[in-house]
Amino acid sequence: MFRVASDELNSRVPDGPLQEKWDRHRFDLKLVNPANKRRFNVIVVGTGLAGSSAAASLGELGYHVKAFCFQDSPRRAHSIAAQGGINAAKNYPNDGDSIYRLFYDTIKGGDYRAREANVYRLAQVSNNIIDQCVAQGVPFAREYGGTLSNRSFGGAQVSRTFYCRGQTGQQLLLGAYQALMRQVATDKVRLFPRREMLDLIVINGAARGIVVRNIETGRLEVHVADAVVLCTGGYGNAYYLSTNAKGCNVTAAWRCHRRGAYFANPCYTQIHPTCIPVSGDYQSKLTLMSESLRNDGRVWVPQQQNDGRAASEIPDSDRDYYLERRYPSFGNLAPRDIASRAAKERTDAGFGVGETGLAVYLDFRDAIRRDGEDVIRRKYGNLFHMYEKITAENPYKVPMKIFPAVHYTMGGLWVDYNLMSNLPGLYVLGEANFSDHGANRLGASALMQGLSDGYFVLPATINDYLATATLPRVVEDHPECTATLTAAQQRLNQLIGINGSRSVDSFHRELGLLMWDYCGMARTKAGLEEVIPRIRDLREQFWKDLRVPGSGTGLNQSLEKAGRVADFMEFAELLAIDALHREESCGGHFREEYQTEDGEAARQDDLFSYVAGWEFQNVGEEPVLHREPLNFENVTPTTRSYK
Amino acid sequence: MSSDKLNLTLRVWRQSGPEDHGGFQTYKLSGVSTHMSFLEMLDVLNEKLIAEGEEPVAFDHDCREGICGMCSLMINGQAHGPDRGTTTCQLHMRRFTDGQTITIEPWRAVPFPVVRDLVVNRSAFDRVIQSGGYVSVNTGNAPDGNCIPVPSSTQETAMDAAACIGCGACVAACKNASAMLFVSAKVSQLATLPQGKAERSQRVVNMVAAMDREGFGSCTNTSECEAACPAEVSVSHIARLNREYSKAILFSDT
Repeated sequence: MFRVASDELNSRVPDGPLQEKWDRHRFDLKLVNPANKRRFNVIVVGTGLAGSSAAASLGELGYHVKAFCFQDSPRRAHSIAAQGGINAAKNYPNDGDSIYRLFYDTIKGGDYRAREANVYRLAQVSNNIIDQCVAQGVPFAREYGGTLSNRSFGGAQVSRTFYCRGQTGQQLLLGAYQALMRQVATDKVRLFPRREMLDLIVINGAARGIVVRNIETGRLEVHVADAVVLCTGGYGNAYYLSTNAKGCNVTAAWRCHRRGAYFANPCYTQIHPTCIPVSGDYQSKLTLMSESLRNDGRVWVPQQQNDGRAASEIPDSDRDYYLERRYPSFGNLAPRDIASRAAKERTDAGFGVGETGLAVYLDFRDAIRRDGEDVIRRKYGNLFHMYEKITAENPYKVPMKIFPAVHYTMGGLWVDYNLMSNLPGLYVLGEANFSDHGANRLGASALMQGLSDGYFVLPATINDYLATATLPRVVEDHPECTATLTAAQQRLNQLIGINGSRSVDSFHRELGLLMWDYCGMARTKAGLEEVIPRIRDLREQFWKDLRVPGSGTGLNQSLEKAGRVADFMEFAELLAIDALHREESCGGHFREEYQTEDGEAARQDDLFSYVAGWEFQNVGEEPVLHREPLNFENVTPTTRSYK
Repeated sequence: MSSDKLNLTLRVWRQSGPEDHGGFQTYKLSGVSTHMSFLEMLDVLNEKLIAEGEEPVAFDHDCREGICGMCSLMINGQAHGPDRGTTTCQLHMRRFTDGQTITIEPWRAVPFPVVRDLVVNRSAFDRVIQSGGYVSVNTGNAPDGNCIPVPSSTQETAMDAAACIGCGACVAACKNASAMLFVSAKVSQLATLPQGKAERSQRVVNMVAAMDREGFGSCTNTSECEAACPAEVSVSHIARLNREYSKAILFSDT
């Protein structure tokens, strides 16, 4: 199924005590003098939190930046949909928080599968992010006296989450977008919306450009630069149904992988516990209900199987508040992987509610009795409103029905401490990389990581590469550029030329179902061995029987989707292989063979305390595994307990 | 007796490209579940068209959670359809009745040219923001977040304005294709907060000039924009923009 390389991946984590690594490293990194910065060109792909913040910050430093996104405006990137909040170790509430505690919680929350040094840096930088965003005019929630307000969030016992109602991602992204627009106005950044990256241009082993398709005109374009920064998000849409936006895809990352960049830990996928359940086979996506709801909502199912009564008619004595029962100290705030599996356990056992039995209740009755409807409305009004829009049920009166759904992907392209992949000049930021969340991400940590990477880490580390690498001038008609462009064009022609009978969506749905059934919340050796050949068969079918109406010129949304699904078809196999190879349970990766007596994830630290970086060979050929051992010098990996 | 399946007649604007004149095409769609979202109904239509060998209807959409601002559509003459405070992606078919005819058009405004079918180009909004819709602060310059206290009422007002999703419904709903609600939302957010005060005069003057340059029309206070706004941004922000603009023109030395 795969081969193992004998080398070890070098993370380039600097020496020295944990607390001093980043400061020392920043001093050791070479600088580019201000007058020389304008001689360098940097491409940033994607304009979510990581991409917008990186492009804006590099523009401010004086680099020439080209920013690309497939949406019609950079402000629409899917970071905008993040609801709950952003963590920082400010300790404003004086409740015992610190940089070290945020670091510790994140390492533990990731089930000891993340790099200590990266996570510590993330916790250090978290405070600067809040300051930066406040200065930009991000309207964070405030106390009456005018100071910043905090709330607690899944998996944490301190209040360290900053928020803007239920629209934190929107406000942080608009802050970064506005900073980006300011640089566009000064011409330091050139903006290329409605461009989809189709391939990476590699010259003499280094990333030197990209091929994009102008979605409106259908024309392919070559853009060259001294470095390429990929901020293209996660691969949750491999499952078809997820909380991701419809356009989210793995293409940019997968194309880089095919050009030599290692893909790390693809099996680490996060299934979010609080989403609106599936309602029919036309379902196009799943909607997340922010985890912040678990601060006041209580999760339960009936104690009797197939209890037909309405929720309001079931007395407390007949309710099973299973999170509070199983995890008395964290209760409803247990981390996402734990809460999701607990819901699956109850519904598998026949205690689920709703028409399909694939739902559990999230009930605000007690919170409304305690605080009054007005208080609950102020905290969660927009979320309740959204729930009612979708389900036509009023959550002030009847409990919400929720179920887990694919939400975030911790895996991504492998990067070193500088956020550079194994391909020189290719940097990967935000959800697109693998680096900070290990096997499970804690709530309110994704926004923190995206902005940390973009505002503070990349602008410090990229200088060193540009100052030291040999980067001969490259022009758009360099033979490698032309070859990459031609290959991209041929692939599009091939997709249109199949002229079969099935739509892209029908293939995507079928792939998604396979992934959810065999690589979802619980995985087994037998199931994974069964699904891998089925993915290959489906991929073969895809290339024989796909129908893409229309042509390659002008806007063709079927063609855009076809390219993305073609890449998901290849990527899904690697995800399954990674899940099969990792014979342990950790965080979002749960192998049924490896669990404790009470059904919790059982890690195998002696065998799997490493990052799995996969090298591409050819489609259908065995990938090669490169390992990066994880060394824990400051914390001792223990069994996570939230009891 | 209400059924949970609808039979619909759809009149959809089809336009093959920016140069094409375009026109309505009529499609019959049966067995539409009332639990579907409006966009899921269009997905079903598109699957049917593809199966019949036709080209699917192009429409913009992304998050399908009402926050990205990508989806649009004039539905029976109303921007984002009949529900208040709701984007097209959050509109559900239970809002329609069996046998109904639904007319679906793109945003119609000179600054938003049609790209294809129901897809328009809204980059004019980006250019308006580029003219001043930000606080000029570089990364790394910021003092501690609690240095500047912002009373929660001020923050709430700023947040009400900042909730704008940039979808363009305000422009599409306005008989003059005015962008005043969009522009005022950003001006108002940043003029309200202490962080934005230093540049407030320059900002409002530049953003209004950019808005005019892009070809958006004048505001005549009919408030259609507010009624159409899925983020429920209030026209009181337009009043604040007007005050800011007058102050800037009359008293500012910038």
